[in-house]
Amino acid sequence: MVVSMARIRGFFAVILLGLTVAGCGYNTIPTLEVQAKAKWSDVQNNYQRRADLIPNLVSTVQGYAKQEREVLTSVIEARAKATSVKIDASQLTDPEKVKQFQDAQNQLSGALGRLIAVSENYPDLKSNQNFLALQSQLEGTENRIAVARRDYIESVRAYNTELRTFPGVLWASTFFRSNKPMAEFAASTGSDKPPQVKF
Amino acid sequence: MNAAGIFSANGGRKRLAAALVVALLAIAPALAINFPALTGRVVDQANIIQPDTRVAIEQKLADLEAKSGIQLVVATVNSLEGQEVEPYANELFRKWALGEKQKNNGVLLLVAPNERRVRIEVGYGLEGTLTDALSKVIISNAMAPRFKAGNFSEGTSRGVDITVLTTDASEWQKRPSLRLDYQQPVDPANWILLAALFGFFILFIVSPTFRWLFFNIVLNVLASSGSSRGGYSGGSYSGGGGFSGGGGSSGGGGASGSW
Repeated sequence: MVVSMARIRGFFAVILLGLTVAGCGYNTIPTLEVQAKAKWSDVQNNYQRRADLIPNLVSTVQGYAKQEREVLTSVIEARAKATSVKIDASQLTDPEKVKQFQDAQNQLSGALGRLIAVSENYPDLKSNQNFLALQSQLEGTENRIAVARRDYIESVRAYNTELRTFPGVLWASTFFRSNKPMAEFAASTGSDKPPQVKF
Repeated sequence: MNAAGIFSANGGRKRLAAALVVALLAIAPALAINFPALTGRVVDQANIIQPDTRVAIEQKLADLEAKSGIQLVVATVNSLEGQEVEPYANELFRKWALGEKQKNNGVLLLVAPNERRVRIEVGYGLEGTLTDALSKVIISNAMAPRFKAGNFSEGTSRGVDITVLTTDASEWQKRPSLRLDYQQPVDPANWILLAALFGFFILFIVSPTFRWLFFNIVLNVLASSGSSRGGYSGGSYSGGGGFSGGGGSSGGGGASGSW
């Protein structure tokens, strides 16, 4: 009887310990980390979505504006480069890597901007239904990228703050020593606003 | 910064004031946007929709939600407060949390007459149905030309009609819970309720203290409601009139346009 009493007590003690540890924020760091990584995959998916639109867009523009070879090639090249730079979630703590990704995507944004500016000169292209549909998809995707980036930046901020402030810093310096702050996007890119894709 | 220094002398008080100002400035951008409240299916802050059109639109939107679960809300605002229409619409959508939480099947139709901007913001769950291209077509064909002529009521009404048409049919198919042959699955909440009821009866039979407590409470409630002649009403559930979002979110799908 005494033994079983002690066992029951031990059982409750374990539950109590679990609750206290959870209450002290042991779970917060892993939770925020998972959230930030999920937001990152949203960012990457939306960039991928943009890349997927480009072949169709290029071939449509080509049909009307073959002579704009230079612009078209620059878009294709920038797309190839942007899709080759991939970051998996464990590399997010490496600012250099994130910057590489960022630069490649920005280059593609620039090339796309030029392509769209050029297409202004072709009235037939501008009234092509397929082009109009692609244009609205591209606009929508740029906007999704902006939203996903904003969400990612917010969740990284929450995660990094948790690593550096009380009580998170206690856990960060004991159980989660391997958890490093994640890299935020550079603010200089001006992508807080969706890039204006005007046709 | 040491706390004692802040509160000690006159200079310290100044420093405290400065710190407060800094703190307020830090909070200010977060509070800068003054979104309208979600008062109904048509939130006409800019006052551009005629009352009879408004009633008609509200009815259509209520029907749509009853039939397909899609929560479409029309909003007109006086000002985008210096923001682009896209981030404004996204933040407003998320603040109102349109659509069901699990399905994210909300749509926000935002008109900013002073900035001459309009946007259809689509929840995650409807991106496949109400695509960017389709939203763009709705805006540029049904709405923008009428807005240009100053006819906001008709433009909005047409925009809502077509949006309802496109979302309605496809969602209706996907929502088996509304079909007649569909059997309601047992909600886990019902099991909990059943278990609680069971426990209640056991206690009632076994424990005299519990019985005494129960009768006391019941008698008390009866007595108080009797004295105020049916005064007790409401509770957590509020009957008609109230309207709120279901917890849905949007990732920036949809399209915007200007006129």
